[in-house]
Amino acid sequence: MISPPLIYAILMLAIPIGAIVLFSFWTQNFMDVDTTFTLNNYREIIEKPIYFALLQRSLFVSGTVTFVTVILAFPVAYFVSFHVPAHRKSLWLFLITIPFWTSYLIRVFLWKVILGYNGVVNTGLINVGLIDEPLTFILYNVNAVIITLAHAFAPFAILPIFVALEKIDRSLLEASEDLGESKLSTFFRVTLPLSMPGLVAAVLIVFIPTIGDYVTPELMGGAGGKLIANMIQTQFLALNNAPLGAALAIVAMLCVAAISLLFVFLNRRWLRGRS
Amino acid sequence: MSLRIYAIAYLIFLYAPIVLLPLFAFNDGTIIAFPLSGFTTKWFTALTDTKALHNAVQNSLFIAALTSVLSTILGVCAARAGAMYNFPLKRGIIGLVMLPLVLPEIIVAVSLLVVVVQMLHMSLSNWTVIAAHVLICTPFSIAILNGAFQNLDPSMEEAAMDLGESRWSAFRLVTLPLVMPGIISSLLIAFTISLDEFIIAFFLTGANPTMPVYIWGLLRFPGSLPIVMALGTILVGLSIILLTIAEILRRRGMARAGVKDKGSFL
Repeated sequence: MISPPLIYAILMLAIPIGAIVLFSFWTQNFMDVDTTFTLNNYREIIEKPIYFALLQRSLFVSGTVTFVTVILAFPVAYFVSFHVPAHRKSLWLFLITIPFWTSYLIRVFLWKVILGYNGVVNTGLINVGLIDEPLTFILYNVNAVIITLAHAFAPFAILPIFVALEKIDRSLLEASEDLGESKLSTFFRVTLPLSMPGLVAAVLIVFIPTIGDYVTPELMGGAGGKLIANMIQTQFLALNNAPLGAALAIVAMLCVAAISLLFVFLNRRWLRGRS
Repeated sequence: MSLRIYAIAYLIFLYAPIVLLPLFAFNDGTIIAFPLSGFTTKWFTALTDTKALHNAVQNSLFIAALTSVLSTILGVCAARAGAMYNFPLKRGIIGLVMLPLVLPEIIVAVSLLVVVVQMLHMSLSNWTVIAAHVLICTPFSIAILNGAFQNLDPSMEEAAMDLGESRWSAFRLVTLPLVMPGIISSLLIAFTISLDEFIIAFFLTGANPTMPVYIWGLLRFPGSLPIVMALGTILVGLSIILLTIAEILRRRGMARAGVKDKGSFL
């Protein structure tokens, strides 16, 4: 029974990924692809500072988005798991996931309307009298990209944390308080370490996909907010240099994978060090 | 208490863009900014006159319908196998099938683009989009269907086969009715994902754009933005209806399978 989905995944995922790895060692020769093995694409990525700068900025944006999203999401997941009555939990989770399923492009565009020069935030703040002229640091730069991505990936962070919190045996918390810990120290010494698998899952499920998003930086980032995914897209579609694009995609993936593995490893050591 | 206020503020943050959508869709002005000018339905009327949009919508509906059926079939296979049997390399195989859930979509897009265009020398069409959408929707289908297939007692099918039914008719008469709500829920979710997907469709779409690719083109022209808002309002309304039906059916499916509802399928 497992064979149809397995065959599909091999044909449409494993083989194509193998293909771009192979492709990244070839070169574009005007209209044709030169299939002699070469490291030229990778050499170009190392030698030209633009690629390094884009990659660095992308990793910074993905890292910040992950941090912001997970920190903001944790209290919500905690609230739904510990304070919402059992029969209302599904409703809360449903409400949290709905915005995530609705037209992604239009949602990103609407952030432009919210953050723009004549946008909701600026008009609101001017009317209230908090500022005299519109804030300009919230659109067409990296900040705008981070806000929009943090919004888009919010449910992705809440759900795994919620699942981990739900699994915590409530009697452990009572035991901790009976033994004289305060509510706060119970949270840090019992709840937080036990919810760690959910936190790790949330970090990975936000950090890894955000590196591949080119819509948000294109619409929100302005000239200084472009990311590595924009460059990959340009190489493939506008510049017709698919091999270089393939090499960039692989380098980006390797960086993300390396950082993710390092994070998982450090987290395990930290948890082991505590017990 | 303060936690509740924070959670509600967070929900407002999540819904902020969606709430603005209908405001601008019914606003009688071409600029998408405050203050609003007056009520109009002309942007919705304009939608009905745009021929290119109709083609894009038709394309997207065709792609979404096929994607939802194919990914649900694959999802049923995987969820059934995962719940009922043990087989060698089970974790690795399930891991590979579920991988697109965390893989950046641009990787899926460029790798299929390279295979189709550069290696097989085929042209892009609706079918290339469908192939990629099935890949990314299958993990969601599996996640939903796992809920329906878990705790489903394999001995019920065995009993049906002992009583003379064939393997297929045992599945059709015993298992299928029990997991039907999960199947419909999976169809709806996959349909919603495919209808809305842009990152992959932009790379793999052929001469006829899908609806999100068409919307992307419109976003460049300030004059067409109110029309995009009107279209977006319809899409958001439609997604919310589909998702609500999917959620109701998912819960019913969990109840039939005798699983305690853990709140969400992910």
